Amino acid sequence: MRFVRRYLLPRLIQYVLVIFLGITAVFFIPRFTPSDPVQRTIAQLKSYGSYLDPASMDAMVEDLREMYGLEGSMLEQYGAFWRRVFTGDFGVSFFQFPTPVMALIRTSLPWTAGLLLWATLLSWVLGNLMGGLAGYYARSRWSRALDTFAMVIRPMPYYIFALMLLILFAYVVRLFPIAGGTDIGRRAALSWAFVSDVLHHSFLPALSMVALGTATTFQTMKLIVQNVNAEDFVQYAKLGGVKERRIVSRYVIRNAMLPQITNLALALGQILSGALITEIVFSYPGLGTLLYNAIVTGDYNLIMGITAISILAITTAILVIDLVYPLLDPRVRLM
Amino acid sequence: MKVLKDLFRDYRFALSFTVLLLLLTLALLSAFSPYDPTFWWHATRDLRPSWTHFLGTNSKGQDVFWQATYAVRNSLIISVIAGMVSRVIAVVVGMVAGYRGRLTDRVLMFISDSFLVMPLFLIIVLLAMLVREHMNLVNLGLLLAFFGWAWDARVIRSQILSLREREFTQTAILSGTKTMHLVMKEYLPFATPLIFSTLINNMAWAIGMEITLAILGLSNLDIPTLGTMLQWAISYQALLLGLWWWLLTPIVLAILLFVALYWLSVSISEYLDPRTRIQRVGAR
Amino acid sequence: MTDEPGELVLRTEELRAFYVLDAFGTEKVVKAVNGVDLEIRENEVYGIAGESGCGKTTLLKALYSAIEPPLRLIGGKVLYVRDGEEIDVYSLGREEKRRLRWEYVSYVPQGSMSVLNPVKRLKDSYGDFLESHVAGKTRRDTLAIAREHLHQLGLPPKVLSAYPHQLSGGMRQRVTIALAALLGPRIMIGDEPTTALDVIVQRGVIQLLKSIQETLKNTIVLVTHDMGVHANVADRIGIMYAGVMIEEAAVERVFEKPLHPYTQYLIESLPKFGDKSLKKSAPGSPPSLAELPGGCPFHPRCPHAMDVCVQKMPDIVTIGEDHKVACWLVEGDRDGRAA
Repeated sequence: MRFVRRYLLPRLIQYVLVIFLGITAVFFIPRFTPSDPVQRTIAQLKSYGSYLDPASMDAMVEDLREMYGLEGSMLEQYGAFWRRVFTGDFGVSFFQFPTPVMALIRTSLPWTAGLLLWATLLSWVLGNLMGGLAGYYARSRWSRALDTFAMVIRPMPYYIFALMLLILFAYVVRLFPIAGGTDIGRRAALSWAFVSDVLHHSFLPALSMVALGTATTFQTMKLIVQNVNAEDFVQYAKLGGVKERRIVSRYVIRNAMLPQITNLALALGQILSGALITEIVFSYPGLGTLLYNAIVTGDYNLIMGITAISILAITTAILVIDLVYPLLDPRVRLM
Repeated sequence: MKVLKDLFRDYRFALSFTVLLLLLTLALLSAFSPYDPTFWWHATRDLRPSWTHFLGTNSKGQDVFWQATYAVRNSLIISVIAGMVSRVIAVVVGMVAGYRGRLTDRVLMFISDSFLVMPLFLIIVLLAMLVREHMNLVNLGLLLAFFGWAWDARVIRSQILSLREREFTQTAILSGTKTMHLVMKEYLPFATPLIFSTLINNMAWAIGMEITLAILGLSNLDIPTLGTMLQWAISYQALLLGLWWWLLTPIVLAILLFVALYWLSVSISEYLDPRTRIQRVGAR
Repeated sequence: MTDEPGELVLRTEELRAFYVLDAFGTEKVVKAVNGVDLEIRENEVYGIAGESGCGKTTLLKALYSAIEPPLRLIGGKVLYVRDGEEIDVYSLGREEKRRLRWEYVSYVPQGSMSVLNPVKRLKDSYGDFLESHVAGKTRRDTLAIAREHLHQLGLPPKVLSAYPHQLSGGMRQRVTIALAALLGPRIMIGDEPTTALDVIVQRGVIQLLKSIQETLKNTIVLVTHDMGVHANVADRIGIMYAGVMIEEAAVERVFEKPLHPYTQYLIESLPKFGDKSLKKSAPGSPPSLAELPGGCPFHPRCPHAMDVCVQKMPDIVTIGEDHKVACWLVEGDRDGRAA
C-alpha cells in the first residue's frame, strides 16, 4: 500500500498532467503566435495562383476556420479540441484534402513503429552488452578503442548521420535504394518479395538509428558499469572469490541495468524525434515524411495531430517503463 | 594556467580545443570576406575548387569558402545565444528549486520534467512554422533557448541539493547570510564548472536543431548558416549534379563542430568529476 | 583462548606495500606497510591496533592479497601455512588465489553496510559464495546449508529471504560475518567490524566473533583502534605505527606492561573506572605516510628520543616469552633472553 502511495500514484498523476500540459500547449501555440493559420493558408493558396472573389474568399475563410477548429470562443474551442482528442479526430488534412488526419497517421504509423521498435531494441541490446563488457574491462585496449569510436559517432545529429549514410551507400556505392519504403508499385503482401523489399529499403534508416543509439547506450552503460564496479558489493564479491561470470551478470550488469532503464525512459522523446528526422532523409513512408509534407504544405491539423499522438505515445511508453522498474529494483518495491 | 595544462594532457581536450580554435578563426575570417553573403551571382556558378575559389562556387554563384565562414559564424552565434540564455534559465530554475525545496521544487521539477519528456522537436517545429517570417539569428537562438534548459536545470538542482547539506551552509545561515548572497557567492563557484560543460552540450544541440529546422525549410534561408547552406545544396540537387564541394563543406564543418564540442565537454566534465580523477591517478 | 603457542597459519616476511600515485605529473609514494614481519598462529584471536592512517587496512589487504593499483607490493612475502606447507600467496595464479579465498581465509571489510548485492535476497548472495567454491550443490542444498549455519550461530534463518536494505545495520554486519564463516575458513580477517555501530550491537558482533572462533577453533585477525574490543576478544595484540609493527605481546602483557613509548601513551590514555585524572596523549600527530621521518617513525613525538632513533629504524627484540618490541630504549636479546 505504501508502494502505491509513494511510487505508483505520483507517477500516474504526472502522466495525466504531462499529457494535459502537452495537448494544451499544442492547442494554444497556433492560437497565440503572431500569424493566423487561416490567413497563411489563404496566402499560400494565392501564391499557387488561385484567384478568389470576395464572396468565395469569405466562404473559404469560414471553411478554414471550421476546419482548424477556430469557431466559437476560446473556451468552446478548447472543449471541442479535447473532445476531438478523445475521439481521435484531429480534423481534416489540408495536404491531402479531404482525408482525415487520423487516417493519414494510421497509414504511416506502422512504418515508424516498426522502424522505431526494431532500432531501439537492437541498439539497446547491443549497446548494453558491449558497454557492459567494455565497462568491466575498462582498462583493456579494445574497450578504449570502442569508446573512442563511439565518441565520434555519438555527437552526430540524426540528420547529418542519415544524410552521410544516404550519400555513401545509396549514391556513391549503389547498394541501397535512395528513397521510399518499397519499390514503387509494389503491393503489400506476405510474400518474401515484399518482405525483402521492405528490409532492403529500411536497412539504411535502421542502420542510422541503430548506430547512433548503440553509440549512446554503449557510452552510458560503460560509465555506469565502471561506477558499479567500484561499488562495495562488487568488490566484496571479488574478495569472496565468487566466480567472475557470476559477478559480471548478477552483480554488475544486473545493477547497472537499473539506471539504464531510467535513461531509456528519458531518451524516448529524443529517439522519436530522431526517427522522424531519419525518415525524412530517406523519404521513408512513416510519420516523418508525413510531417515533412505537412510542414511544406502548411497543414496545421496534420502537424497538431502528429504532435498529439507523439505526446501520447511517449508518455505512455514512459509510464510503462516506470511500472516495470519496481519489478527489477526491490528497494523501490519494498520500501 | 595550471588547469589548462592539466586539461591538455587529455588528447580529447587537446584535439577538440584545436579544432574549435580553427573553426573560430574561420568564423572570424568572415569579417574579411570580399563578398556579401546575401548576394548571389558574384562569381561564376558551379566551379570546382581552385586557387581563386578555395572551395569552389555553388549554383547561386557564390564562393563556397567565404559562404562557409559566414555559415560557421552564424551557427556559432545562434548556439551561443541559445546556450547562454538557456544557462540563465537553467541556473535560476535549478538554484531556486534546489534551495527552496518542497513545493517550489516539485512544481519546478515537474515543469522541467515535462519539457524533458515531450517530443520537443515537434513542438519547436510547430512554433517555427508560425513565426517563420520573424526568424533571424537572435530569434532562433531565443526559441531554442526556451526549450533547452530542462536537463541542465535538474543537474544544477542536484548540485545545489548536495551543497545545501554541507556544513558551511548551516554556518552561513546561522551567521545571518542572506539567501541571495549565499547562493550567488558561495554556491556559484561550485556550480560554474558544471554550467560550463552543460553549456557546451547545449550549444551542440542548438546547432543540430538549427540544421534540422533549416532542412525543413523553417529557417530564414537568406541568412547563411550551416543549416541553410546545406538546405540550399540539397534543394539544388548538388548531390545528383556532382557538386560535392558545395554539399560536403557544411556537412564536414558540422561534423567537426559537433565532435569537437562533444569531446570538449566530455573531457572537461571528466576532469571535474572526482571519481574519474581518482581513476586516472596511479592507474599505470 | 589458549596457553600453548599453536602452529603457524600465516607468516609475513619484510612485507612492504606502497601506494604509488601519479597525480598529473608529480609522483607521490605512500608507504603504508613498511617492513612487517608477522607470525600468526592457529586457534587464536590476533588483534592489530593503531590509529587511523597507520596502515592497518593496507596490511589487511596485503595479507588477503587484495592488492590493486595504485597499491603495489614492493617487497617481502605473505605465506599461508597449510598442512605444514608454506604457500607464497603472491606467486599463485588467479584461479588458485580465488579458490583459497573464503575456504582458507575470509574477509570482513570495514563498514559492511553495503557489501551485499542490493537486488538479490540474502539466500542468493549466500548461494553465490557457496556455489563458487563448492561444486555440485543445488540451490536447495545451499539454502539448507545456509539455514543451518545461521541457526548454529544464533541468527534467525528467516533473514535469508530478506533483501539487504530491509535489515538493520547491526544485523547486516552480523550476517556478513556469518557469511565470512560459511566455509569454515582457517583464518578470518576483520577490518574494524565494530566501528560505526552502537555499543549494544557491538556486543552482539563481538559475541558472534567469539562464538565462531570457539566453534571452528580457527584464527581471527582483528583490526580496530578500539582497545576495549581488543581487551575483550584478542589473545595477542600487535601495535602498528606508521607502517611498522612496534610492539606485539599477549593482550594482558600489553595492558599491564607496555614497553614502547607509543604503546605506553596508548594505554595511559584509556579511561579506567574511578580514575578521573586528566588523560594525556602523545604530543603531536602521526606522520604522513608519504613523508616519513628517518629512523624510528615515532622519534619526533617521543620524549625519550636519542640520536640513534633519528638515524636508524630499531630492530625488533624479544623480551621474555613472546613480547616483541621495536625500540632502541629496550634492551633485549635477539635470541630471547630477558634483559
